[in-house]
Order: sequence, then structure tokens, then C-alpha cells
Amino acid sequence: MTEESEAIRAVRLRHPWRVLAAIVLVLLLALFVLDAANRPAFGWAAFAQYLFDPRIMQAALNTLALTVYSMVAGVLLGVLLAIMRLSPNPVVKSVAWLYLWVFRGTPVYVQLVFWGLLATIYATIDIGIPFTAPWIQFETRDTIDVFWLAVIGLALNEAAYMAEIVRAGIMSVDQGQNEAATALGMSWTKTMRRVVLPQAMRIIIPPTGNEVISMLKTTSLVAAVPYSFDLYGRARDISAATFDPIPLLLVASAWYLAFTSVLMVGQYFLEKRFSRGIGMERQTRRGSDAGRSGAVTTATGPVPGVTTTAGASSAAGSGSVETDGNEPENRPVDPGQTPTGKESG
Amino acid sequence: MTAMLTSERRSDQAAAAPGSGLMVEARGVSKSFGTNQVLRSITLDVKRGEVMCMIGPSGSGKSTFLRCINHLENIDAGRLRVDGRLVGYEERGDKLYELKPKVAARQRRDIGMVFQRFNLFPHMTALENVIEAPVQVKGERKGVAVERARALLERVGLSGKADAYPAHLSGGQQQRVAIARALAMEPKLMLFDEPTSALDPELVGEVLDVMKQLAASGMTMIVVTHEMGFAREVADSLVFMDGGVVVEEGDPREVLANPQHERTKAFLGKVL
Repeated sequence: MTEESEAIRAVRLRHPWRVLAAIVLVLLLALFVLDAANRPAFGWAAFAQYLFDPRIMQAALNTLALTVYSMVAGVLLGVLLAIMRLSPNPVVKSVAWLYLWVFRGTPVYVQLVFWGLLATIYATIDIGIPFTAPWIQFETRDTIDVFWLAVIGLALNEAAYMAEIVRAGIMSVDQGQNEAATALGMSWTKTMRRVVLPQAMRIIIPPTGNEVISMLKTTSLVAAVPYSFDLYGRARDISAATFDPIPLLLVASAWYLAFTSVLMVGQYFLEKRFSRGIGMERQTRRGSDAGRSGAVTTATGPVPGVTTTAGASSAAGSGSVETDGNEPENRPVDPGQTPTGKESG
Repeated sequence: MTAMLTSERRSDQAAAAPGSGLMVEARGVSKSFGTNQVLRSITLDVKRGEVMCMIGPSGSGKSTFLRCINHLENIDAGRLRVDGRLVGYEERGDKLYELKPKVAARQRRDIGMVFQRFNLFPHMTALENVIEAPVQVKGERKGVAVERARALLERVGLSGKADAYPAHLSGGQQQRVAIARALAMEPKLMLFDEPTSALDPELVGEVLDVMKQLAASGMTMIVVTHEMGFAREVADSLVFMDGGVVVEEGDPREVLANPQHERTKAFLGKVL
């Protein structure tokens, strides 16, 4: 026993199996790469030739455009649907429920085929009073081209999923916030706009990033419309002429991978940004945790009401059911996290 | 809408005793959640300028009664009037009509409420919390609201914390901001729902001090609390509730020192 405590110098715990497993895996990977590099079927020469082909580059842009337009429209409509679903008005609520039922209940591929058949089903778009002569009449085929049909199809489908994400976000905001705003005389709409949505945003944004990545890949289904100037469609068309599909599949994959990589980096920063300072609020959401975390949080964080069991428990329920299904690792906030930075106002 | 409001006011005044000094008038107020009756025919008066403290075990209906007063909950039976006007309903002839949400919201403007869990808006600074309702609900000009908000924050001793977010304030500071936020609407009645129950013991005093000061300024207040010292010192009347009924009410010093009812005695025996 020494007077001053001595720094511990112990032999580190070794993990021989980890090292071995890593070596074996690296060897196997190297073997696969080596083999792939020399395998004629992959057609690396063709891959290099087509990777930056102007048609492919244009198609990559089209894919990006499809993604951006569909996402923007999908998010806007999704927010609207989520608010409608939570509205006290039963009519509005039912409309939203019906929408979600249809658009979440059918495959996006089938929906895209239907949008492609729009002109067949509805040859003209009439504006006017039903059963009377229309004031304005459009030929469907001339009015909406396939690109926009694809966007409509993707956006309407996406809106149904975004609505669930937004709804989970809204319901994760403490009921006490609602009450405080109501007690101050704010209307339901104003409470939503000024108090609930800004707080829900922080929970909505990370899974939305996930949806963007998912959408980028879903655009490859627009062949169903049929729109064929997206990345995958173009690659397939070229390969149909060259009778050599594999290099072009690799080309398309390389571009998708490049885009999703950029998006994943973006999402990493978004998640970091939006998880700041809200760890405790998430924690108090859960009714069961409320008592425990309440004691922890009184000194530092806003402790939303513990009194609201109904709202809180259903929020937790919808959160886990609706959004967890997408990507569990994508939880916006670690519940155990403590607030570190400034509030992101 | 103004025409409707004035007519409503007239009919209400006819119903209530005109010129009565009552701020809150509860007559047989009852409320159930499903099969659970939380309020059983509560009859209570709160005079203008009065400070009433409500005590009782948890689940006795104190908080529910407060929430009924500003219509966060609907009552099932009886009549509840604030400043002579029915809460949440309008009486025309012998029929009750539910108020439109807009009119109900207008009623709440005049009633400030302070919550156990503060419920500050975490995405707004202290100052923004205070000006939110005046600007958004009353349509006050931002400059005017900011000026008044600064004065209010100073009044609750937080002039230096105007730009702090709630997460960076202590519980006591948050609750004082919450009081300032409620006062910003210039209410004629303030409801406090266990305002110090979520606070660390050493922070309770600063909140009670602000409430004492508010009481001294003549504000009508209903305070659900477990702070018997506050009740004894500040309250004009004390109400003991248990099982959804008012068991005992009277002068706080008298009730606390010499409770008449067995249940009151048992409760005070545990908390004092």
C-alpha cells in the first residue's frame, strides 16, 4: 500500500478472435475484388466507357430531379396530412385516414403503373360543375408528360409515409405544450404552427433524411409509368442495345451509391444538429420514464408534463410503430443523451 | 362577433347577481373521467382580489377543478362562472350552447395559468416565451410587447435572463418566466397548479416570493399547493379537498391550526 494512489498499469485485455476474424474477412474481400477485376462478365472496360457517358450523366440529373421534386411535394403534403389526421375535425381526419389507407396500402410500383394509365382512364381533365358542360377541358395526354406523372406518383406515395413521420413528431411534443398554449388563448392552428410544429421539426427531420435516400432509390421504379430517362432506365436501355447489361448495372449502381453517400454524410450532420439539447425532452415523452427523468431534469431542462398519460403513451406507441419500421438506427435522439449545446431555435 | 359577445355578456350578467364581487362562482360543479368521478358537486366562491389556496391529497380533484376554470376540461354538471360569465358555454333562455373554439379561447386570455411542469416553450428564449401570446393572440405590436415583457421579467427577478433558453434556466427561473408569461396577457385571474412541486427545495422560495408579491398587488389567485407556510401567510381562504368534494374551507390560519373535519386532521397530520 502506497500513500499516493498509483496509476494502474495492467496488461490490456486481448481480443485474438476479433483480429483473426478481421484478417480472414479482409482476405476474402481481397480475393473477391481480385477475382471480380479479372472476370470478363463484369466488363470493366465498358464500365469505364459508360460511367461518364453524357446520356448517363443526364439520366443521373433526371434521377436527382425526380427525387427532389417528389420529396418536396411529398413533405409538404405529408405535413398537411399529418395535421389533418390530428385535427379535432372528424371530417378532415377521415379524409386523411382514407388517403393513408389507400396510398400506404398499395405498392408504389402499382401506383406508378396507375399514374401511367391516367390518360387511358381519364382521357380529358374537365374543370366545371359535374354533369354540366365543362368550362375548361384538357387532353390529359398533352397536359402532363410522363416525367411529371412519375413525380406525382412518387410524391403522393411519399406523402403517406411522411405523414406518419410528421404525426409521430407532432405527438412526441409534450401535451403540456399544447395546454400552455391553449391556456394562453392560442387557437388550435396557432398552437400547431407556433408551438408544436417547431418542436416536432427536430424529431421529424432525421427520418426525413432517411426518406430522401430511400426516394433516390425508389425512383428506379419509374419504369412502371413508364418513364425511362432516369438512371436505371437509361442504363437498361443502353444495355439493351449493347447486349451487355452487367457493366451498365454497375454504372447505375456506382451513381446511386455516390449520391446516397453524399446524402448519408449530409444526414449525419443533420442528425447531429437536430439532436442537440433535446435528449431530455425525448426522454420525458415516455410515460413510464417520466417520474425518474423528472427528478433528473428539473434543474436543467424543460420537463414537459408528466400528467398526460394518454397523449404520451400513444405518442410513444406511434413513434415506435410507425417510424421505427423504417430504420431503427435512425432514431433522432438517444434517450440517455444529455443536453450539450445551445438550443437550436 | 362583438355583437354576439356583448349580448352574451348581457344575458350572463342577468343570470349572475349583478355587481357581485365574485371572480369565480362554482355551483355544484361535477366532472367525471369515464366512470371515475373526480369532482362531486363543488360549490365555491372566489372574491375579486382574493387569494385562495387549495390543498388535499393527490387525486382529490384540485387540479381538475383548476383546469375546469379555464376550460381545459369540460364540466359535466353544475354551473361555473368566471367574472360573471359562464365558462365554455353560453346560456340563452334556459338552454346551454357550447362556445365556439374562438370564443372559448378569448375567455382563456383573461385567465393566467401556471403549471407544475412550467411548460415553457423550449424553442423560444425567455423573452420570446413572454411576448408570444400578446403578439400572436392579442395582436400587440412587437415593440410594445417586448417592452412590457422586459418589465415583467424584471418584476420576477430575471431581467438578465431574457435571452436564455428554458433549458439553460433552473427550475425556479423557468417557473418565474412561466409566471411572467401568464402575466403578459394581463389576466384578471391567475391559476397556479402546484407551481413549486417540481422544484428542488432550495428553489421553492424564489417562486413563492414572486407569488407573494403578486398577491400583494391585488391579483385574484387560486393556488393548488402543498406549501402550508405559503397558505398560512398569504392566502385569504383555504380549501381542503378530498375525493372530489370540498371537505372543509375557511380562514387558512384557523383551518391549519384547528381543523374541524377528521379527514382534514388526518391529512394535515401527515404533511405538517
